[in-house]
Amino acid sequence: MPFDTSNLTFKGYRRENGRVGVRNHVIILPVDDISNAACEAVGNNIKGTLALPHAYGRLQFGEDLDLHFRTMIGIGSNPNVAAVIVIGIEPGWTKQIVDGIAKTGKPVEGFSIEQNGDHKTIMDASKRAKEFVHWASELQREDCPIADLWVSTKCGESDTTTGLGSCPTVGNMYDKLLPEGIYGCFGETSEITGAEHICKSRAINEEVGERWYKMWKAYQDDVIFAHQTNDLSDSQPTKGNIEGGLTTIEEKALGNLEKIGRTSRYIDILDPAEAPESGPGLYFMDSSSAAAECVTLMAAGGYVVHTFPTGQGNVVGNPIVPVIKITANPRTVRTMSEHIDVDVSGILRRDMTIDEAGDALIDMIRRTANGRTTAAEALGHREFVMTKLYRSA
Amino acid sequence: MTAPHLLVHEHDDNVGVVVVEGLTAGTKMLCVVTADNSSFELESKSDVPIGHKIALKDLKEGDTAMKYGEDIGKMVAGVEKGGHVHTHNLKTKRW
Repeated sequence: MPFDTSNLTFKGYRRENGRVGVRNHVIILPVDDISNAACEAVGNNIKGTLALPHAYGRLQFGEDLDLHFRTMIGIGSNPNVAAVIVIGIEPGWTKQIVDGIAKTGKPVEGFSIEQNGDHKTIMDASKRAKEFVHWASELQREDCPIADLWVSTKCGESDTTTGLGSCPTVGNMYDKLLPEGIYGCFGETSEITGAEHICKSRAINEEVGERWYKMWKAYQDDVIFAHQTNDLSDSQPTKGNIEGGLTTIEEKALGNLEKIGRTSRYIDILDPAEAPESGPGLYFMDSSSAAAECVTLMAAGGYVVHTFPTGQGNVVGNPIVPVIKITANPRTVRTMSEHIDVDVSGILRRDMTIDEAGDALIDMIRRTANGRTTAAEALGHREFVMTKLYRSA
Repeated sequence: MTAPHLLVHEHDDNVGVVVVEGLTAGTKMLCVVTADNSSFELESKSDVPIGHKIALKDLKEGDTAMKYGEDIGKMVAGVEKGGHVHTHNLKTKRW
């Protein structure tokens, strides 16, 4: 029976700033690569915490450094996170990240290693992390309207079945839930190439469409044409895409865009990891098309559930955001079922409509928001990957 | 309805997608156009893996391949109706 989307609710954690999370993580966030060891030690000492090691944070500058801070602060501020321990090699940048996260009102405390050493830092941070875990573990879920849900999307290891089935399933979900007041997000700047004329036309108005086109064109000129060493045929489509039957970037892009449905229009454009500020609706985030990077950027933008259509079977997950996998490829269902949350292969057999598939996805989004563990969570996929714009100083 | 072998997005497309595993040459394929669920029959001319494309009519070098009702690239080699369309005979017009 189809859902009456107007009365949908879910059980989430309402945070100090009013945003609603669907997970309740206490995270141990390294400012930089050399603080990973201390963070992982705290994560090991205190059960119920999650360390998020990553590769960067030293000698970055300019726009690249801004993106680093925005990603760190955004991940800490995400409502799926209850409380945060920040550890950096020195106190300056550590404090900058702590202060950014503190604006949400959630518990956050920073520790720095210089003049303390790993041992003392790990002991001090572990004591505080234990207090945060006790506090967070008593927080209760409450009924929230579906409008409190922020749902992002990005597809991966696409093939021709994603354009026929799993991407239109996500599009159908957005066509139904965006009118109810949710926040949506799509991106993958490089993978719109080939369908940019259609993407431009899906903006809410001409001004937003022009801004989108300028952003896409800048990517083409400054990144692709500046760095290409061949005709890109080895990267777009990927080897996996080609194995799955996709031949050209145009074909891939047209399938990709099925994720924004038939009626949805994007209302604004976000920089990588930027939080939306123009109210409920669909946003385009300027982002990499690499799965782990893109999901991490959208998590940093504040999205709490991710919908991920796949054809050949991308296995990506995220440490703080549940990633729901949808596939229409019957071979992937047969060979990789442990990775799939929503099987819409019936669309290819014509025994399931796109409308029914959209309802099945909405049901899985609600169950996931209520606490159901996704396949990626159960399998331990916690890919936390920062986007880096250029080499460090 | 019987499960189709081939799905076609739009009526003006000239390629369709194999949606069953193990399709062999000489199969009389049930083809469905998803835009309106209309169907037609077509014989496959080679073994084509699931997800790969088949030409709905004879295409010659230089022709534009159409899918989703849109231009998805140019044929760089000819293909007969029912034949396999992929990287060996279809290429982007972008680069």
